[in-house]
Amino acid sequence: MNEVVQLREGPQPAPAQQHVEIAFHNVSYRSNGEAILEDVSFVVEKGETLTLLGRSGAGKTTALKLMNRLYEPTSGEVIVQGRSTTEWDPIQLRRRIGYVIQESGLFPHYTIRENVALVPSLERWPREKIEVRVEQLLSMIGMPLHEFGSRYPHELSGGQRQRVGVARALAADPPILLMDEPFGALDPITRSELQHEFLNLQQQLGKTVVLVTHDLREALLLGTCIALLEHGKLTLIAKREEFMASSDHSVQAFVKPFLEAEQLLPR
Amino acid sequence: MFDFFVKNRAQIVTLTAEHIWLVATAMLIAIVAGVPLGILISRRDWLRKPVLGSVNVIQTIPSLALFGFLLPLPWLGARAERLAIAALAAYALLPIVRNTYTGILGIDPAVREAAVGMGLNSRQMLWKVELPLTAPFIFSGIRIATVTAIGVATIAAAVGAGGLGEFIFRGVAMVNNQLILAGAVPAAALAILADLGLGFIERRLHHPRVG
Repeated sequence: MNEVVQLREGPQPAPAQQHVEIAFHNVSYRSNGEAILEDVSFVVEKGETLTLLGRSGAGKTTALKLMNRLYEPTSGEVIVQGRSTTEWDPIQLRRRIGYVIQESGLFPHYTIRENVALVPSLERWPREKIEVRVEQLLSMIGMPLHEFGSRYPHELSGGQRQRVGVARALAADPPILLMDEPFGALDPITRSELQHEFLNLQQQLGKTVVLVTHDLREALLLGTCIALLEHGKLTLIAKREEFMASSDHSVQAFVKPFLEAEQLLPR
Repeated sequence: MFDFFVKNRAQIVTLTAEHIWLVATAMLIAIVAGVPLGILISRRDWLRKPVLGSVNVIQTIPSLALFGFLLPLPWLGARAERLAIAALAAYALLPIVRNTYTGILGIDPAVREAAVGMGLNSRQMLWKVELPLTAPFIFSGIRIATVTAIGVATIAAAVGAGGLGEFIFRGVAMVNNQLILAGAVPAAALAILADLGLGFIERRLHHPRVG
């Protein structure tokens, strides 16, 4: 254990690693003997938005949950900020990583204000600092504190709940944001609104984001980098510009139905 | 009838107080034992069947028989009051354990996942998520158990533990309806009051469970 740590902090730090926020090294994950992820390796650089694209059951969500140690790899290593997730204290690790899920998972018994204040208060921020932060976040997502602060999640629309979910994940200013189909349960118009709000937000904040989606459009719109997963294997990871141009046949196979659907639309 | 109540009001008050004391003490014990037990079986799957099975079996024992079974036990059997409290607490376990367990199990998995993902440790999970969201269920279990216990406690008089059952047993023995009613009416009133009061708290605790 000690030697490993020394090697990383030791005399020859690879300069490229400075820019790497998350790295998968030959990661496999098995559950009840079934391979969910097989030998997956990739890196996510700081400030990048990586979209994990693939069909249901391709292993996207599993890959995401390996990053905040909701799962631990069966073999291989997941490195977050230079340290293997299994070396991190899971609580410390998760407090540094914002987490947004499809169903928002807001606490139904907490007001909007309390939901957003949750992680800062767990981190024992002083009360005034929390209040300032909550006000700032709620105005950032267009839901001012004086109007929404004392409401409960069930009094909000799906889109509003998802906005609050994002605000809550950003509350303690984590460097990393993980999003599991964050806009998947919304109607198309609300989804499109939130996608664009997210782009604006990301331009200001420059977080390292990993976003799971099965929607090619969303992957291309939001991702600076796109990884395609199929049956637990990483078929391709490429910059947005390079992804569509790839001649990889699995990419072509995945992209084709989307392009055909486009052609059906009246011009 | 009314005259009878007025004439015996001192004894009615004494026996009602005894009755409340028996039930309240038993409920306190049942809550202190039952809620943690419910939490425990929500975390240890292999304990679920034996625990729920045991508290279920206790419920099926006729109350008079349960008092009888406990009688030869060393410390418990020494005083009728202890015996009655132990039996009432044992009866109250099932609704409390079961409701705590089902309440925790029924929490929206998304809420749980988000909570873990944000870095709540297991203690914070219990106090900030599980218990507040399960509170109305636990209270509903307590309410059901209390109402039952108020009724069952009348039988405690058979082993000499006192309470409103004294009137009832005496009335049955003497074929005196007034005496029976002197025990039954306050007991029924207590049960209704407990039901209303605890039901009020239960509704106050209720939150919509979907986030």
